[in-house]
Amino acid sequence: MTAVNAVATTGTGSGTTSGTGAGSTSRPRRSKAGWNLLGLLVFLAAGFPVYWMVNTAIKPAKDAIDPDPSLLPTGFTLSNFSRALDIADFWGPVGRSLIVSLSVVAIGIVVGMLAALAISRFAFRGRKVVIVGILAVQMVPLVAMIIPVFLLLNDLEQYDKLTGLILTYLTFILPFTVWTLRGFIVNIPKELEEAAMVDGCSRTGAFIRVVFPLLAPGMVATSVYGFIQAWNEYLYALMLLSQKNQTATVWLGNFTTKHGTEYAPMMAGSTMMAVPIVVLFLLVQRKMAAGLTAGAVKG
Amino acid sequence: MSAADTTTAKVPPTRQSPPPPAVAKKPPGKRSSGAGTPWLLLAPCLLILVLVLGYPLVRLVTLSFQKFGQSQLWGFQPAESVGFDNFTKVLSDDEFWQVVVRTIVFAAGSVIFTMVIGMAVALLLQRVSGWVKTLVNIALVASWGMPIIVATTVFKWLFDADYGILNALASKLPGVDLIGHNWFASGPQGLAVIMLLVVWGAVPFVVITLSAGLTQVPAELEEAARLDGAGAWGVFRHVTLPILKPIIVMLTTLSVIWDMGVFPQVFVMRNEHPEAEFQLLTTYSYDRAFVVNDYAQGSAIALLTVLLLLGVVAVYMRQMLQIGDVE
Repeated sequence: MTAVNAVATTGTGSGTTSGTGAGSTSRPRRSKAGWNLLGLLVFLAAGFPVYWMVNTAIKPAKDAIDPDPSLLPTGFTLSNFSRALDIADFWGPVGRSLIVSLSVVAIGIVVGMLAALAISRFAFRGRKVVIVGILAVQMVPLVAMIIPVFLLLNDLEQYDKLTGLILTYLTFILPFTVWTLRGFIVNIPKELEEAAMVDGCSRTGAFIRVVFPLLAPGMVATSVYGFIQAWNEYLYALMLLSQKNQTATVWLGNFTTKHGTEYAPMMAGSTMMAVPIVVLFLLVQRKMAAGLTAGAVKG
Repeated sequence: MSAADTTTAKVPPTRQSPPPPAVAKKPPGKRSSGAGTPWLLLAPCLLILVLVLGYPLVRLVTLSFQKFGQSQLWGFQPAESVGFDNFTKVLSDDEFWQVVVRTIVFAAGSVIFTMVIGMAVALLLQRVSGWVKTLVNIALVASWGMPIIVATTVFKWLFDADYGILNALASKLPGVDLIGHNWFASGPQGLAVIMLLVVWGAVPFVVITLSAGLTQVPAELEEAARLDGAGAWGVFRHVTLPILKPIIVMLTTLSVIWDMGVFPQVFVMRNEHPEAEFQLLTTYSYDRAFVVNDYAQGSAIALLTVLLLLGVVAVYMRQMLQIGDVE
């Protein structure tokens, strides 16, 4: 009912160009060129840090430490990337990050799916309490929990183990998964299930044959998004794993040593970490925006 | 069927009391089986949350009423209860209050800038040509998708005193000389840079969500308001804003929670040892626990942070509950 068509859809009032833009009230009518110029400025401001990261990564390392840097690429080299791979074991941390993120997503999506079904397709006593509970745990700042989690894992002898990290990541992936999957499920009309059941499907059968296929894109989007979140986590990875077991985000810290920072390889390392994530992100963000805001505005 | 029908409970969204949801509306003659099914479905989720979130949360509270340092961690000494000692110590410390004020100013600034800029960009995107919109969206998604740790590293590089592009570019402007300027020599300036980083990373989510919301604003309503003589601001104030209110409340609350919880940005920007002038509640709590090795006091600070957030959360919860009830 409230399928929010995310970014792609042009706003309803876009044809009528009257400046509703905050701060532009003095000039109610402007040509599109003015807005476009403003838009390009936003593009530059938002995109510049990303551009500068890639630019530094591909230019010769000696050009990176020029006190009067050139805005345009001064050359092209991949040596910063090979230096970045050398600085400390790169594939070890990446492999560990992959193991952790994939496990978190796999567990999160199965467990979260069941819970999302419960709160979106069943009426039961305590449903509200459960919803509040699941939302509330999203509110607890991770940083506040680090001390007791550290002590808990210490007691369970899971400190410095990937399983311990996976378990703790579930605390923020699960509520998020449940809530977004709920958003996708409620967008699937119940009438479809009912029709299938009228035709003789059991409730489970109706779900598997009708809802599940419709839900698949939402599940993929949620998984990818959850993967990204787990992949990006820094604090727990830093606190709960020792140097020898560090994950990819913590690995980036290796470029800063007592002798200073190697900026060009560091930007190469940053690029290697960011590009796959950004690409994944591009693929799913539209879907996610729809899921996250489902029901937020009555359609 | 059966119970499922009632989920949508034609419940007025604002209702607060949690009665058995609209059982009366259940169509007669349908199966009423499966009262336990939802709980069965929820069980694994709740189990995990209780173990790795519920337990530590309780532990956080008990910990903050104990004496718990290095020797308790290694089990040389049992943790003993000390009542409100940790809190008295924390609350009577001037530094703590400075940190509280700094954190609130920092979070409020980040949230306000994020929301205002986010709203402005969302509205702007409705007015630009398609190709500009695509460009802006690509830049936004790229900055949104950047891992925080990468973004922090990149900003550190942009603002580097000697080789940072920002100093070099700004110094090209007439009358500006920032060559060799160290942005992190003072707390306020350094935190302003960190705020910029936080806002830069947070705006895309706000823009994309608000853009989605803007598509839901009926054109007829805007048109009608315009015919009634409302100016651009009037339309925004009286038509757009009220319709977007639920999204705005949600985004603002989430932003408050996230911005009060800023940690890696400060931690990494300051090379893992933030100076006193850079401490926010999160880093301060971390510092007490893991640098001074006073886990109990660190917990007390963390708990106070959570309490500080509770007020905001209450507003958010009401909003989300309404959303959960709408469908």
